[in-house]
Amino acid sequence: MTDTLTAPTATRGLVEITGVRKSFGATEVLKGVSLTVEPGGVAVIVGPSGSGKSTLLRTINHLEKVDGGHITIDGQLVGYEVRGDRLHELREKDILKQRTEIGMVFQNFNLFPHLTALENVAEAPVVAQGKSREEARRRGLELLDRVGLKDRADAYPRQLSGGQQQRVAIARALALDPKILLFDEPTSALDPELVNEVLDVIRELATSGTTLIVVTHEMGFARDVADTVVFMDQGQIVEQGTPQDIFSNPQEPRTRSFFSKVLEPAFNI
Amino acid sequence: MSSATRVARSQQAQSEQVQAQLDRAAAAPKPNSGPRAGQAAAREAVDYSSYRVVAAKHPWRWVGTAVVALGVLAVAWSLGTNPRWEWGVVAQWFTAQSVVNGLVETLKLTAISGILGFVLGFILALMRLSASPLLVSVSWTFSWIFRSTPLLVQMLLWYNLGYLYEKISLGLPFTDVRFFEVQTTTLISQFAAAVLGLTLNQAAYSAEIIRGGILSVDQGQLEAAAALGIPAWRRSTRIVLPQAMRAILPTAFNEIIGLVKGTSIVYVLAYSELFYTVQVIYNRTQQVLPLLLVATLWYIVITSVLSVFQYYIERHYSKGAVRNLPLTPLQKARKFFATHAAVPTRRNF
Repeated sequence: MTDTLTAPTATRGLVEITGVRKSFGATEVLKGVSLTVEPGGVAVIVGPSGSGKSTLLRTINHLEKVDGGHITIDGQLVGYEVRGDRLHELREKDILKQRTEIGMVFQNFNLFPHLTALENVAEAPVVAQGKSREEARRRGLELLDRVGLKDRADAYPRQLSGGQQQRVAIARALALDPKILLFDEPTSALDPELVNEVLDVIRELATSGTTLIVVTHEMGFARDVADTVVFMDQGQIVEQGTPQDIFSNPQEPRTRSFFSKVLEPAFNI
Repeated sequence: MSSATRVARSQQAQSEQVQAQLDRAAAAPKPNSGPRAGQAAAREAVDYSSYRVVAAKHPWRWVGTAVVALGVLAVAWSLGTNPRWEWGVVAQWFTAQSVVNGLVETLKLTAISGILGFVLGFILALMRLSASPLLVSVSWTFSWIFRSTPLLVQMLLWYNLGYLYEKISLGLPFTDVRFFEVQTTTLISQFAAAVLGLTLNQAAYSAEIIRGGILSVDQGQLEAAAALGIPAWRRSTRIVLPQAMRAILPTAFNEIIGLVKGTSIVYVLAYSELFYTVQVIYNRTQQVLPLLLVATLWYIVITSVLSVFQYYIERHYSKGAVRNLPLTPLQKARKFFATHAAVPTRRNF
């Protein structure tokens, strides 16, 4: 079997976000955000809470509808299709199909508590991709093995620690063999000693050729793993660049003041 | 020094102290006088392992138990010895053919209107949660009307539907085209009126129960399922409903048990279910109380059986919600006998 995840293909998973706007009631949370993430690239989005990071992430798989602007993945519009000079919103069925190419890992894991770890991982490939139960199970076990949880395949989420739950959630997202993986603060709900086991798994994925977009508060992780660090504040991208540029030589005053608060004095680049 | 390292240091110091105490205790000879001896040897650690543990006494618990036991005994005694309960008559009628027939009708009504009621309730709950304002208001109005009129009135209304509408027909609305037409009185039999009344009433209540259950499932579950590309129908049946069931089941069983006894209201339609049957019998024999007792005992039997079902169904749906499933009564009994049989060999009491 060819494992498309470990073989770095890096030819698919180009994400282009153009002028995306989104309001919740009277509050505009995204004020025209544009961002490009190259195939196989790793973009880490940082910024204060309420800056629109998570919302931006959720627009990429159309969990949030955008009010303006558009997002394409490998040139294909997310959530809409072009007919003549109009954008028609896709039917639910087609949106679901697009989502199978975009894995998502949530802050609160959102594992299905009434299904075992393996059932969590094997559910979507069967119902969303039409794989056989047998194949989905086999692949599920492989993925659980990859995140180091093969022996907990039959455990229910509540019988697992937070770090283990998040690793199952990552395996679940990988099961659909996505081009792109979205991580929405994957370690924020974890006890400090469990953070690294999850970051290690993500770190390994960063070299696999899958495009990763990670919203996080783990600055050390951002520095190690990111190709691009994106700093957002008040619904806008303030600054983006390589970790080197952003952390050691931020241009914008807002970026500088944010890092002066979140980085420890002893933090060396 | 940061506060964290300070805490770590003091913890280490503490554990060193404890270790030193333990070492001293091991070296010292066993204390053989009472606990006062420990006090005398100021900070000396005392080994309590040779003391016998005496459980705390709860005298009021015993008084309460005695009073309640006395009460229970008195009730049992009066039930057994007061001849006016006429237990002989109860026994005679308990399994009489007519009573059993009535029981079957009661079970039939409960099962049919229970199932139809919950199916309709599920649809109403989905309507209420939909994005269409019309569906929401129709569902709301349905629940509003059926919850605010007495079941008795509903029942009589359905039975007398023939007075309001002589014929019921199926055709194209606002035209004269009719595919099918029937006299209302032939269509709405006692049974049909009973099922109709109980079902619609049950649907109004179960809609709210099911809606409550669905709302109790975390929104993140739906998001995760949507993000995985799981289709909407599968999301409801595989992800949301199994989790909603935990909230739905206790109240749903309450409703079903209410329905079992609620069927007795059908006596106003002279439908021969359990309650109507015993009424007919005692009107003839004048043994009112013993026959009411017959009906009561059967209702108790049905409810008890349902409670057993409830226990096992709830246990099934608690999979994953609790870290370890509670033992079934059977497993508990096995464990009890297994551990108690093994006591003499395992421990040296």
